[in-house]
Amino acid sequence: MSKIIKPAVCGTLESSDAFVTLEPGGEGLDIQIESVVMKQFGDEILAVTKDVLREFGVDNARVSVVDRGALECVLRARLECAVLRAKGEC
Amino acid sequence: METKLVKTLREAIELAGLESGMSVSFHHHLRNGDYTLNMVMDQIAEMGIRNLTLNASSLFDTHLPLEKHIRNHVVSKINTNYMSAGLGRLISEGLMEEPVDFRTHGGRPRDIALGITPIDVAFIAAPASDCAGNCSGKFGPSACGSLGYAFPDAMYAKKVIVITDHLVEYPLSGWSIPEIYVDYVVEVDAIGNPAGIVSGTTKITRDPVGLIMAETAVKVIAHSGLLKDGFSFQTGAGGASLAAARFLMDVMLRDNIKGSFASGGITGYLVDMLNAGCFRSLMDVQCFDLKAVESIRTNPNHHEISAMHYASPAAASAVVDKLDVVILGATEVDTQFNVNVHTDSSGYIMGGSGGHSDTAAGAKLAMIIAPLFRARLPIVTDRVSCISTPGKDIDVLVTQRGVAVNPKNQELLLRLKDAGLPVTEMETLKHTAEKITGTPKKAVANGRAVANVIWRDGTQIDTIRSIG
Repeated sequence: MSKIIKPAVCGTLESSDAFVTLEPGGEGLDIQIESVVMKQFGDEILAVTKDVLREFGVDNARVSVVDRGALECVLRARLECAVLRAKGEC
Repeated sequence: METKLVKTLREAIELAGLESGMSVSFHHHLRNGDYTLNMVMDQIAEMGIRNLTLNASSLFDTHLPLEKHIRNHVVSKINTNYMSAGLGRLISEGLMEEPVDFRTHGGRPRDIALGITPIDVAFIAAPASDCAGNCSGKFGPSACGSLGYAFPDAMYAKKVIVITDHLVEYPLSGWSIPEIYVDYVVEVDAIGNPAGIVSGTTKITRDPVGLIMAETAVKVIAHSGLLKDGFSFQTGAGGASLAAARFLMDVMLRDNIKGSFASGGITGYLVDMLNAGCFRSLMDVQCFDLKAVESIRTNPNHHEISAMHYASPAAASAVVDKLDVVILGATEVDTQFNVNVHTDSSGYIMGGSGGHSDTAAGAKLAMIIAPLFRARLPIVTDRVSCISTPGKDIDVLVTQRGVAVNPKNQELLLRLKDAGLPVTEMETLKHTAEKITGTPKKAVANGRAVANVIWRDGTQIDTIRSIG
């Protein structure tokens, strides 16, 4: 699988959406999460983020998720799109 | 006869004899456009007066400068019926030593009249007044319509100061609060910003989920057995509730139903229903938009009512007790039909009962209209974060995925089932939502008490705790 080659973003800051930023990083994953439902779903949001990154073979990157209460399917879609953009695949 | 007209706010406050430890009051018809509360509190602070009890029918984020008056001990206690999210967050984070006492729009005038929350000096923001204090909200550059919530303050406070930016010749024609209650009148440049007086929420929703809920709500009303000549109705100003009012108007016109009255906070949609003949009267404690303001000024069937007349349990009778149907909102509803409108799902204060509990208690059919979830948060929970209105007073919850009827209302349950409405259980709605959102971890506010929720009869029904 190709590597993260450039910074990329996906999503919006509208309610029920999430804004994902990916940048090429040094060693490992540096994941920052901010969410309006942190108390209720913080663990799930982190798990889904890690899950998508693993699925797409991203081992080294700086990742920021600013969540505005996105459903899991929305969050997953935003993450996948950001990854593909960062790889230059879309 | 000495004149009541004084030159400055400071002079009026001095003449009224305001001292540290006393109680001051405000009404909220100028909503988020109000200038008077900040103007008065700044003046009071400058005069060195401390430890006041602030009794305001509602507080908005335009009143955020209160933070410094609380930190400086100018205000040490707040009694209110509603507090918007900016101020609410500060209270939830423990800004005040004394808990805020939340009442309802009916409970506040009750407790003022009974002397439970006495007022030393009431400040009345009046869009029009004469030099003797005959005043009204119907005229002037800051016209807000009804002054309903200011009546108990005017009638029961020891001293009453009218603040106006539109001083007219004596006597003001069409006054609502008469001079007999008013001690001093002060003229200022502006009492409010008209753009903030009109609510931003009084528009019909275009969200398809909201429209489905509104359609279902009207079917519930139509099959409740209550929609017939003499029908009475109240609805809030939320987008889905307004859409329900518009759909209800279509049904009433189609079936030629002549209702008696609509009450509460009045919007242009209810004015349209009055003008179309759906109701004989509007009973208006507060106007939400300019169309309502225009109507109360010009239409004799559009009546201004006091907070007592609207909802006080201490009044010999009140409008809410004559209601057939009320449509209300919720931030959370639990499986026992308890409703939260005080806090968000994380436990931060962002509202208050207003007339929620009063109308739910009075109406024959109290309906909650709410989506299954907002953003990622389900509306139906096992236990609401805060009980604003007890489940015993709620008859039905309408969502986009079905209608749950409180088992206490078997007649309604049968009627809706017979009519083929999508009747379901509260538990089913909860599971349907959680299948889509996931199961949220309950956010528990477990710090010290930051607010007491006092039901309309004076009983405390819940405590709001700080976010720890």
